Amino acid sequence: MSWETVIGLEVHLQLATQSKIFSGSATVFGAAPNEQADAVDLGMPGMLPVLNEEAVRYAVKFGLGIGARIGERSVFDRKNYFYPDLPKGYQVSQFFAPIVCEGVFEVALEDGTLYPIRITRAHLEEDAGKSVHDAFSRETGIDLNRAGTPLLEIVTEPDFRSAEQAVAYLKALHSLVTYLGISDGNMAEGSMRCDINISLREKGSDALGTRTEIKNVNSFRFVERAIHSEYERQADILDNGGSITQETRLYDAEQNVTRSMRSKEVANDYRYFPEPDLLPIVIDAEYIESVRATLPELPGAKRMRFTAEYGLNEYDAALLVPNHSLADYFESVVTAGGAAKPAANWILGDLTAALNRSETDITDSPVSAKQLAGLIVRIEDGTLSSKLAKQVFDALWAGEGDADQIIEARGLKQVSDSGALESMVEAVIAANPAQVAQYLAADEAKQKKLSGFFVGQIMKASKGQANPQMVNELLLLKLNDQS
Amino acid sequence: MTDNALLSGSVSALRQQLRDRAVSSEELTRACLERIEACNGKLNAVITMCSELAIDSARAADKAIAKGDFGSLTGIPLLHKDIFCTDGVRTTCGSRMLEQFVPAYDATVVSKMKAEGAVMLGKCNMDEFAMGSSNETSFFGTVKNPWDLNCVPGGSSGGSAAALAAGMAPLVTGTDTGGSIRQPASLCGVTGLKPTYGRVSRLGIIAFASSLDQAGPMARTAEDCAIALTAMAGIDAGDSTSADLPVPDFHAGLNHDIQGLRIGLPREYFNDDLDPEVRERVMTALSVLEQAGATLVDIELPHSHYAIATYYVIAPAEASANLARYDGVRFGYRCDEPVDLEDLYLRSRSEGFGEEVQRRILVGTYALSAGFYDAYFNKAQQVRRVITEDFTRAFDRVDVIAGPSAPGIAFPFGAKQQDPVAMYMEDIYTLAVNLAGLPGLSTPAGLINGMPVGLQLIGKPFDEQTILNAAHRLQRDTDWHLARPQLEALAP
Repeated sequence: MSWETVIGLEVHLQLATQSKIFSGSATVFGAAPNEQADAVDLGMPGMLPVLNEEAVRYAVKFGLGIGARIGERSVFDRKNYFYPDLPKGYQVSQFFAPIVCEGVFEVALEDGTLYPIRITRAHLEEDAGKSVHDAFSRETGIDLNRAGTPLLEIVTEPDFRSAEQAVAYLKALHSLVTYLGISDGNMAEGSMRCDINISLREKGSDALGTRTEIKNVNSFRFVERAIHSEYERQADILDNGGSITQETRLYDAEQNVTRSMRSKEVANDYRYFPEPDLLPIVIDAEYIESVRATLPELPGAKRMRFTAEYGLNEYDAALLVPNHSLADYFESVVTAGGAAKPAANWILGDLTAALNRSETDITDSPVSAKQLAGLIVRIEDGTLSSKLAKQVFDALWAGEGDADQIIEARGLKQVSDSGALESMVEAVIAANPAQVAQYLAADEAKQKKLSGFFVGQIMKASKGQANPQMVNELLLLKLNDQS
Repeated sequence: MTDNALLSGSVSALRQQLRDRAVSSEELTRACLERIEACNGKLNAVITMCSELAIDSARAADKAIAKGDFGSLTGIPLLHKDIFCTDGVRTTCGSRMLEQFVPAYDATVVSKMKAEGAVMLGKCNMDEFAMGSSNETSFFGTVKNPWDLNCVPGGSSGGSAAALAAGMAPLVTGTDTGGSIRQPASLCGVTGLKPTYGRVSRLGIIAFASSLDQAGPMARTAEDCAIALTAMAGIDAGDSTSADLPVPDFHAGLNHDIQGLRIGLPREYFNDDLDPEVRERVMTALSVLEQAGATLVDIELPHSHYAIATYYVIAPAEASANLARYDGVRFGYRCDEPVDLEDLYLRSRSEGFGEEVQRRILVGTYALSAGFYDAYFNKAQQVRRVITEDFTRAFDRVDVIAGPSAPGIAFPFGAKQQDPVAMYMEDIYTLAVNLAGLPGLSTPAGLINGMPVGLQLIGKPFDEQTILNAAHRLQRDTDWHLARPQLEALAP
């Protein structure tokens, strides 16, 4: 049987607010256990939540960023369940009336085509704490630093048909939220966690199959592998005439399998009801416009502008744009005088490679945008051959100064003076009579090949500084003069 | 000045004596502390005393007074219901669950009254987590009514009302979720005010039902309640539901003038179910107000009879979540040697909570469960709006609504304990006021068989001034509020 995968995603995005969603505690990652938990976070008797307005603004930013409808009146609800790292015995979330309502997010696939994903909703909620199982023998520690961290849970319709689409969406989402500045998007620190709802159905069918939910997958690669592995599992069951159990599963990255999370098939009853300690969030058009005015240029618009304004191809634009800092770097190079196409090539080529090798972020690049622009200018004006340019780039990376200083210090200037080149060419011809004779006797195709020998000798004699194009022209002229 | 004069003086009178240096706060405070020590063995109204702290605060108050630097309550001794968190002073909420709980923070009410110079003597007994109308559900034992030691003081602020009536302090605080200030005030013959929902910050008050809970003062006069409310009220950045409205000086706003005041008498309160003697006392009090210039108007609150059912869905539902934090993990009671997590939860909560609290958690959990939410919680929310609209419509025609505070006088211990619904009926005249978020007060309206009866006055939202003023006038024209139990009989 041929199966179609149907996938919907729920992303828990940690918002990069200074303080927690309902308390004044800081949200910095990595603090010592429980150092960032106050009486509110601990659920102490008599404590009350106070909504952090910044979290609301971030949620509205997100809604506007995907063109979604903003709920005029959204309400917090209590989601009730017992767990040691859930201090109040309920999580404050939004169930009945979310802050971000339906919208459509257009995800650019690699070929530049846009694939629309329907966003069902996005709602604000507080994160729970963390149970620490490995710090004490036979006991579990509770770290409530994360309790109360603002989350935006972003829910899609089941609009994905492949793992690749799901990952493309997640990458685009990651790009969007970092552009909006509402999240650091740091997946390793749990800033973006993904629940995957997945079911299979016969190709061509409209009905949805029974789904499973894979909880808490925290990297793009794991999302892709988890989907593939769950597809295999479900397809295997269905191919053998079995049926899928609706359940929550966990992805085990080491074994590359998903495992059932709960043995009991009891549906949780969270007993949602409106949180009486908080007022509804009322958002008017004026507020929405004030937030809209702060929106930066978003990835989609930037991609279009990069192709239109700088003549970049879709491929380069799609590589430059998702990382806000990289896109900014590119524009800084262009502003500093570097031509756009070579700028894109250098950034996506040598610079990215060097950054990756040294595990350095673009924002900490040892080669500044201005320096890279200086290098590109010297290539464009013929001062540097591409071979020399690589040397200069390495020197830039090593911190030896600007391109011009390096060229000067190392005497790397390309020789384009025709007089000087002419004498070099003549000297090489004079020194290699046998090769000249061979060249003259050969047919045109062979001549082309043999000319490489002379070019090589000339470049060697010039220590690589001869302008190769001019050398080629002069050489051809002089060789033909010999006949 | 005799001890008796000190122990039965009003806040406004004592305040004047303090300012005139006729008495020091330390003398007054010591008199109250001695009174507590003398009577508490019989009454059990106070759970925790903080004598040293009180003497220190009193001395500080005396110094401030000597410098002419005083707030509205400087030097006035005060007892807080043990539902208000007090920094460094044990706060139990009447529960085994919090028997050892010492908060590291003051409730806003506590810090505001402290800032006005009040001297905290200790913490008052109460029904466990404020769930009860007789103070019989407290883990710390029942409170006796100072008017008759065989009777309940009412609840849940029963310790506060009894302490006040017994002369332990001139001012006490309470909270009122469904009648918990007004009903014990009625049963103990004192004045108690439940302000409009949002008037007083809930921060630091241990939550029972968040959308209904409201703190207020209990005192010997309406005038004292006006002084105390002014000190307690106001927006609090720490409580999102506190109202962003200016707080008038309720004391300065009192003037005895009720000429033209329209007082509505809901048919549903004065029907055949009303005890004839209670009716007689309430009507007598209302006729005093009528003679002072008020008009009595027949009104309807047609959905009144839904109030109890509505309340007993919403309040337990909210409580079921509010009390989920008492799980034995971070603070509060933890069972011995739990074998696993479920055992920890199950036994900590079963052993830490009393029967009534468990009953309400179960009821609330049920009302919110999948499949029942619409039938119970959602329906109750709808009815709550209808009940509120009843009041809104009535207030188009009248300025104040009057009725009894409680269906009868204080009853003997155990009389209603086996029948939760009979107990819930105690709040039949008060619950709807909480559902609608309105201010209400109870003022003494005489005695039946030597036991106090209260008149309830209900005001428009945030119009505490009008009901305080009406009670103030009543207390000028009558002396019911001056009636005191036999204080001597209480001391050993």
